[in-house]
Amino acid sequence: MIMVKKSVYLDNSASTRVLDEVVSAMIPYFTEIYGNPSSLHSFGIKAKKALDDSRKIVANSINANPEEIIFTSGGTESDNIAVFGVAAARKDGRIITTKIEHPAIKNTVQKLKTQGFEVLFIDVDYEGFINIKQLEESINADTILVSIIHANNEIGTIQDIETIGNIIKTKNPNTYFHVDAVQSYMKLPIDVVSAKIDLLSIASHKIHGPKGVGALYIRNGVKLKSLQLGGSHEKNLRAGTENVPGIVGFAKAVELNLVDLEEYTKNLVFLRDRLIDGIEKRIPHVILNGPRGVSRNSNNVNISFKHIEGESILLYLDMQGIAVSTGSACSSTSLKPSHVLEAIGLPVEICHGSIRFTLSRYTTKEEIDYVLEVFPKIIAKLRALSPLNAN
Amino acid sequence: MVYSDTVMDHFKNPRNVGEIKDADGTGNVGNPMCGDMMTITIEVKDNVISDIKFKTFGCAAAIATSSMITELVKGLTIEDALKITKDDIVENLGGLPPIKLHCSNLAADALKKAIDDYREKLNK
Repeated sequence: MIMVKKSVYLDNSASTRVLDEVVSAMIPYFTEIYGNPSSLHSFGIKAKKALDDSRKIVANSINANPEEIIFTSGGTESDNIAVFGVAAARKDGRIITTKIEHPAIKNTVQKLKTQGFEVLFIDVDYEGFINIKQLEESINADTILVSIIHANNEIGTIQDIETIGNIIKTKNPNTYFHVDAVQSYMKLPIDVVSAKIDLLSIASHKIHGPKGVGALYIRNGVKLKSLQLGGSHEKNLRAGTENVPGIVGFAKAVELNLVDLEEYTKNLVFLRDRLIDGIEKRIPHVILNGPRGVSRNSNNVNISFKHIEGESILLYLDMQGIAVSTGSACSSTSLKPSHVLEAIGLPVEICHGSIRFTLSRYTTKEEIDYVLEVFPKIIAKLRALSPLNAN
Repeated sequence: MVYSDTVMDHFKNPRNVGEIKDADGTGNVGNPMCGDMMTITIEVKDNVISDIKFKTFGCAAAIATSSMITELVKGLTIEDALKITKDDIVENLGGLPPIKLHCSNLAADALKKAIDDYREKLNK
């Protein structure tokens, strides 16, 4: 009998499989409609039409107008254009963010701090919810920007952006509200109008679209200064010929996600909780990081396994065909554990043993059950090696 | 980051895992806060390391270096065992990624501490 090695991809917050229909939709834009959308001839006009249609689809998905969307190379670039763009336009002032941001925000605001901006990092509780009162008290007349991650990329905590948006605009209507929605887009409904959002970052490859494409929503009237010089593409904010095939693929992925958003989110929640419950029942000395239930992103499971180290767990899982990620320092180039796990108050030695599983519409019940079957043996083997084992 | 086949072999099938009861020497190094911790216990007969076991909390490199050092020094005299350097461990493992080189220090230090502990006990 031939043994087929299983292959279970549970690292969908890192990147996702592109939908087949998305690939098909992109192909003509490499070989047939390859003109530059800025060109005036028929080749250019066709490409421009694809760009306009895509912009409409993305805008509609967050209740924005098409002219409020610019296409970028992804979440990181969207975050950079938003944060540095506001800073360059306003020149000085206070910037408020949280202790659990993605590096694309964390490192951009750190840079602004060195340039004289005042930067405050709002605390989070043990489940990763930001201290709303602290945020409210921190917004003053000088505050130019508040940037909040909607669903945390590591522990899945969902912030109440509607409440936050209202608080910001009540305290200071001139403060811009930026939301990093890279992990929540196409998993949670987003309405930029009702949440009073001025800027919002999203990325294609997290929603089964191609890599290298993202978008930034910029509410009409918001003033940004551009960082990249060149042609007048994307409202003068992102010089460079648009990635037409990528943008077409992104829009197609949005369209396809919207068809069954509610249904597959329900399925994701079912699989997510089956994985959490199964691990908690089968393996002792584990801690779920982030909240349970509706305030947890539908695709995220993050668990710390005491007495063992994350990279070892990741590699043993990989030998069984299971792909995950870890917040362990040993897997990073910095040798520092995850700042998110530190911010929720997890002891450092436990941070090292944390594993993130992120599911997608391709994840099956059989795959989750396979993980639950092989996982206890892996943990037992590593714990037998550990001098820290409680037994 | 990719590990050598030898590192992966020692990580998958670590040699000499465990703890020697009433060991002649024990070496503890590292700190769980740093993500690396290692305990080496040795049994010494006629100045020769007759048995050695390890327990390690850490990444694949930490586990593989622990496993490798136990293989390298088992059966050696105390003096010869002390001659094993971190570079010997790395070489025998077919190399380590640069960021993981500190793991080899840990294994060499743990062995040295176990031998120091053995010598201290002898002199008592």
